[in-house]
Amino acid sequence: MSEKVEDLATTAPAERAQREPRSALSQELAIIAALWRRDMLHLLRERSRWLGVVMQPLFFWFLLGSGMADTFKLGSGESYLHFFFPGVLIMVPLFSAIYGTITIIEDRKSGFLQGVLVAPGSRISLVLGKVCGICTMVLIQSALFVAMAPLAGYAYGTIHWPILALVMVLTTVGLTGLTVTMAWVLSSSQAYHAIMSVVLLPLWIVSGAMFPAGGNFMRYVIRANPLGYAVEGTRAALGGSGDLALSLLVLGGFATLTLAMAAAVSRR
Amino acid sequence: MPRADPPAFEARELSFSYGDRRVLDGVSFEVARGEVFGLLGPNGSGKSTALAIACGLRVAGSGAMRFDGREVAAVSRHERAVLAVVFQRPALDDGLSVRENLSLAARLRGISGSLARERVARGLADAALESRADDLVKKLSGGMKRRLDIARALLDEPRLLLLDEPTSGLDEASFRRTWEQLDAERARRELTIIVATHRPDEAERCDRLAVLEAGRVAAIDTPEQLRAKLSKDVIVLELEPSEDARDSEAQRREVSEAIELPCISGERNTLLVEHERGHELIPRLVERLPEGRVRSISLRRPTLADAFLKITGHALEDDGAGDAGEKAA
Repeated sequence: MSEKVEDLATTAPAERAQREPRSALSQELAIIAALWRRDMLHLLRERSRWLGVVMQPLFFWFLLGSGMADTFKLGSGESYLHFFFPGVLIMVPLFSAIYGTITIIEDRKSGFLQGVLVAPGSRISLVLGKVCGICTMVLIQSALFVAMAPLAGYAYGTIHWPILALVMVLTTVGLTGLTVTMAWVLSSSQAYHAIMSVVLLPLWIVSGAMFPAGGNFMRYVIRANPLGYAVEGTRAALGGSGDLALSLLVLGGFATLTLAMAAAVSRR
Repeated sequence: MPRADPPAFEARELSFSYGDRRVLDGVSFEVARGEVFGLLGPNGSGKSTALAIACGLRVAGSGAMRFDGREVAAVSRHERAVLAVVFQRPALDDGLSVRENLSLAARLRGISGSLARERVARGLADAALESRADDLVKKLSGGMKRRLDIARALLDEPRLLLLDEPTSGLDEASFRRTWEQLDAERARRELTIIVATHRPDEAERCDRLAVLEAGRVAAIDTPEQLRAKLSKDVIVLELEPSEDARDSEAQRREVSEAIELPCISGERNTLLVEHERGHELIPRLVERLPEGRVRSISLRRPTLADAFLKITGHALEDDGAGDAGEKAA
């Protein structure tokens, strides 16, 4: 009996030593990578999602854009399909953030989230894992859509590719920080959808995506709206007009702020 | 002479409230290394909350915890690295395969490469799910999901395993297989288990039990000792069913007065009488019973459910103040 106890006493420190190499940082990175990989597995598995991924922005741009073309006569003589293209591109991070984050509510219901929460690691890694998954998704989806850019009159040669990718990533991080915050606070997916459709969709509508800032109050609304900078940054990165530096600055601030919010609520 | 190890886990005067409702009220217990320790109580007795505090999902209003003798103010990465939890709802991703779930669990705990493959293979074998490894989890039965969830929890070889109603809703065969899986792990290495349960048969598998009632510890002892508090036989009088609750209450009173012996209300429509020599008492009882009130009489050895009733005055199957808040974590 005493032999057995001796045995246990000596194995315990060895066991601890074996765990030592997992440093805090590598543990955090492992969690982020694991959650990202999980989202990718789901994406690869759910074939029907690809139809939405490929077709949704295209449909929106072409159907809505063609329908509106006659109503909106832009003073500059710019075609509406050309004007509308960057706005539709910003719908990609918007919808990806909304639908990609709802899994947090589903995971809480199914019990999966609790399993992640009691694993060693900080909760910000959980948020970052989600952000990485959605960013990947957005980059794939927007690349597929931007491939159509010449149809809207944007030549590949005039597109600032790295800057466009940066605008998309910053916009995605900012929006995902916001949706994760909401998903963490709200307990039901119905409430989440309701809030998202009264907050985020209108935010997109008044972002300069559908109509240019006129001389009225809308100018100030667009200026106060982070999505306004996302649309302006996208338009500039595609080779159009706009203040790129200001857009990147505001989007960077927006991403930092909402990530901090998500980190704060996820600690509760 | 064996060295006295500090307890693997120690809760001292833990209290917790949801708003005005006191869920835990000064709960204290110690769990020795390698022990299977049960928290026995009905829904709402606070056992899930006690586990949620032990794994850091909730923070106690007051009280202290020790892991391996070390006082812990808030459960941190350090404790979470050596503990694992099996919740009432399996912490699995329904949309991924059995193997992918185990591999995800390994990655989430920072295990990779050949060690991860080895652990995943062992988990599949322990859960007896090798033939289903590539099936989606949503296609598994409840018992299989439970086994997979336990394999998930054991993947990182935790020293302390917390189980929250691990077999609730499982049939007898799945119940046995679940515990065989846990016993196999315990045979392999030292593993301390704290299990919250309301099943008497599950409580029987524990080395010691804390009987929880309304957020307080009513007793801590081995299952044998708890049952020994009822060293006598238990005679169960099953009363004729009656439509409304008042009638059934009156009926119980009438029968208990007629037999002139102390008795307690059991589960459903029964009265329980304890007696040293039950078989001798039964003929006398039958003579005293009012006509048409009792449907059957039976004799059995006391169970942990009887012990719980005796200690707390409530049946294990009673619903307490409601479990809704307790489950939300």
